[in-house]
Amino acid sequence: MQVKLTIFRYDPEKDKKPHYEKFTVEAEPTDRVLDLLESIKNYEDGALAYRRSCAHGVCGSDAMRINGVNRLACKVLVKDVGTSIKIEPILGLPVQRDLIVDMEPFFDHYKSVIPYFVGADEMPQKEQLQSPEDRERFDDTTKCILCGACTASCPSFWANGHYVGPAAIVNAHRFIFDSRDQAAAERLKILNDQFGVYRCHTIFNCTVACPREIQVTQAIGEVKKAIATSRLD
Amino acid sequence: MKQHQYEVIIVGGGGAGLMAALYASKSASTAVISKLYPTRSHTGAAQGGVGAALGNAEEDNAEWHTYDTVKGSDYLGDQDAIEFMCKAAPEVVYELEHMGLPFSRNPDGTIAQRPFGGHTNNNTGKPVTRACYAADRTGHMILQTLYQQCIKNKVNFYDEYHVVDLLMSNGAAAGVVALELATGELHVFHAKAVIFATGGHGRVWEITSNAYAYTGDGVAIALRRGIPAEDMEFFQFHPTGIYRMGILITEGVRGEGGVLINNDGERFMERYAPNVKDLASRDVVSRAMYLEMKAGRGIKGKRYLYLDVTPDLVNHYASLDGRTRPDGRPYVTSAEEILGKLPDIIDFCHTYLGVDPVTQPMPVQPTAHYAMGGIPTNMRTEVIMDAKNTVLPGVFAAGEVACVSVHGANRLGTNSLLDIIVFGREAGMRAAEFTQNADFQPLPNDAVDFSLAQFEALRNGSGKEKAADIAKEMKEVMFDHVGVFRVEEGMQQAVDKIRELKERFKDVRVGDEGKFYNTELLNIWELSNLLDLAEVTAVSALARKESRGAHARDDFPDRDDKKWLKHTLAWLKDGEVKLGYKPVKMTKYEPKKRVY
Repeated sequence: MQVKLTIFRYDPEKDKKPHYEKFTVEAEPTDRVLDLLESIKNYEDGALAYRRSCAHGVCGSDAMRINGVNRLACKVLVKDVGTSIKIEPILGLPVQRDLIVDMEPFFDHYKSVIPYFVGADEMPQKEQLQSPEDRERFDDTTKCILCGACTASCPSFWANGHYVGPAAIVNAHRFIFDSRDQAAAERLKILNDQFGVYRCHTIFNCTVACPREIQVTQAIGEVKKAIATSRLD
Repeated sequence: MKQHQYEVIIVGGGGAGLMAALYASKSASTAVISKLYPTRSHTGAAQGGVGAALGNAEEDNAEWHTYDTVKGSDYLGDQDAIEFMCKAAPEVVYELEHMGLPFSRNPDGTIAQRPFGGHTNNNTGKPVTRACYAADRTGHMILQTLYQQCIKNKVNFYDEYHVVDLLMSNGAAAGVVALELATGELHVFHAKAVIFATGGHGRVWEITSNAYAYTGDGVAIALRRGIPAEDMEFFQFHPTGIYRMGILITEGVRGEGGVLINNDGERFMERYAPNVKDLASRDVVSRAMYLEMKAGRGIKGKRYLYLDVTPDLVNHYASLDGRTRPDGRPYVTSAEEILGKLPDIIDFCHTYLGVDPVTQPMPVQPTAHYAMGGIPTNMRTEVIMDAKNTVLPGVFAAGEVACVSVHGANRLGTNSLLDIIVFGREAGMRAAEFTQNADFQPLPNDAVDFSLAQFEALRNGSGKEKAADIAKEMKEVMFDHVGVFRVEEGMQQAVDKIRELKERFKDVRVGDEGKFYNTELLNIWELSNLLDLAEVTAVSALARKESRGAHARDDFPDRDDKKWLKHTLAWLKDGEVKLGYKPVKMTKYEPKKRVY
């Protein structure tokens, strides 16, 4: 079948402003949108710029706006989106070229929430024990691949880039609710800030956008509750 | 051109690179240079587990793990290095856990483990639970945890900087050259020690589980600087890639009781590996699948088979095998348990196949997966230059890019994650140690010239040839003739074809004249790496007249320890591949016939 693509183009070395370009490619219904981009890059326009690596939804390189929704190009098939596909860079982060955005502000927010394990001073000889139930408590948020699809789908983030955004909160959640971790109070303090969790207005775009199907809005809600109640249950 | 100086430069931000960074940065100024954001690295795609004889659920020990690995390697692995790795395994897994890695758990709170191919109780020969796992995203959790710890320890990162050359002076490391993707600018990193942790090169083959980024940059750069590549003919084909796409379906599926089924509905692995059946070594299973398909027993006569993990079928065969839970109860699984243990696999099948593995079998075929070969190193991860193990001062390698060799002719599942942790740590420690007694070598005056010359050539080709066509032809010929089974004629055809493609490659031209994020330039440069590696692989394979591990020849079906119990070294000199050999390090494991 033939698929018509409309792709956002912007080359700051040449273009005064962004524009859209149309391509038509031959495709199978089971092709990934990434396959179509590869086909264009290989045979029509080598200059088309985008990121990609694993091509099966685990590395988080190729988050983009596909027909208006943030998706991974390697995790959405032609049959899922139809034969007329509009592809744009994710919103809220500066475009560097075509579908590539500057991820630094995203990673800066991530780094601001103590996104690493803070353990006890003394470690056992072997593993720290953790019950399957305690492990399950934060399972969902361990799936995050830092693709940015959630944060870049959030109207609160679009409105104010100082907001840490859903991805950072998801990664804070992963440690806050880990029974082995010692720094929950500090993280909750960081997120109890004007640019913290209260910027979330439960719009659920993030949950829809997450290619890992993390219940992002729920995780943010749990962090809000922990701040409000000072309890981690 | 910008210049930077660090004592240790680490090329690659996957598991090996990040582990090295954590250790090197304790005592030496260190930076990680990665062509991807580190969390995009291919370590994150590893699924099933990391091998360590913790013995959490049943009896196990490092010596069994060592023997299994030696046997799995078809006796080509260096036994001192294997002993070292397997002995260190429990300690490094605990170390990861102490860094916060969220392993799945047993009811008693210990790290959960599952069976994996080739890992056995050496007394009974039955599969043993040795793979420590975090659902089916163990690699993801390792990569995330190590990156998190690097943030905690304020490691310096140069993300999206693509290393294209290794600099040497006075016969020792002097640094690297990298292209900054965002600006197109070249940077020279002056260093006392350079650690290569750039991963593998599965993109040489048509059907592969490997990321686009897996283009063998480290080995290609090393070859161009006179460093040999070791055992390149040994490339692992994982038995279970999604049909036509190659996406990995973890061996953990079979660890949880999944079985391979042919068009007759037969569990054919019973005929090939009567003892451990579907949990034989990967080379053995991939060959069995190939033979089934060749005999016309592929599903609907096509080139795929079924991997079936539907609970009723699993329970049927588990009962026939007499499989029990660690506490002695019969092994009976449920849809819920499978969903909980293999969520990503189920997600992949939904997304790409529209198949629900809890109720339907998955169509699978062998997929190019892992490089046993690579840059030769000793056990200390120091890169060596020749058959006498002469060390190249200041250059280190760890992980898939390296050949220590702990995997020999065939890697056991779960040993790649173990390798990156054990030898990544080793590389970080040894490189930092090296810098204490070494001065910076002077940078060569022409530091960037070789890199510039390579890019100039790519920009000035006639444009008669398309890079994508050359890549496609390379992948096809390598998959058809330097794949699961090989014969003289086919391999010769591959060698000839790759040489033709290398000639034609000179007529490729990068169309994009821009500087910012010129991914076309780098993709085509990566193709030049793949072509070099394909040639070295095919030539090394053609020369080895025996079958051993992943190198299986129809025309020489047996292992020949008299002539071929030795490592291949391949040099690329003036466009020609030159081969040499070096002995395998043996300790106490005498080669035996390999039966599963």
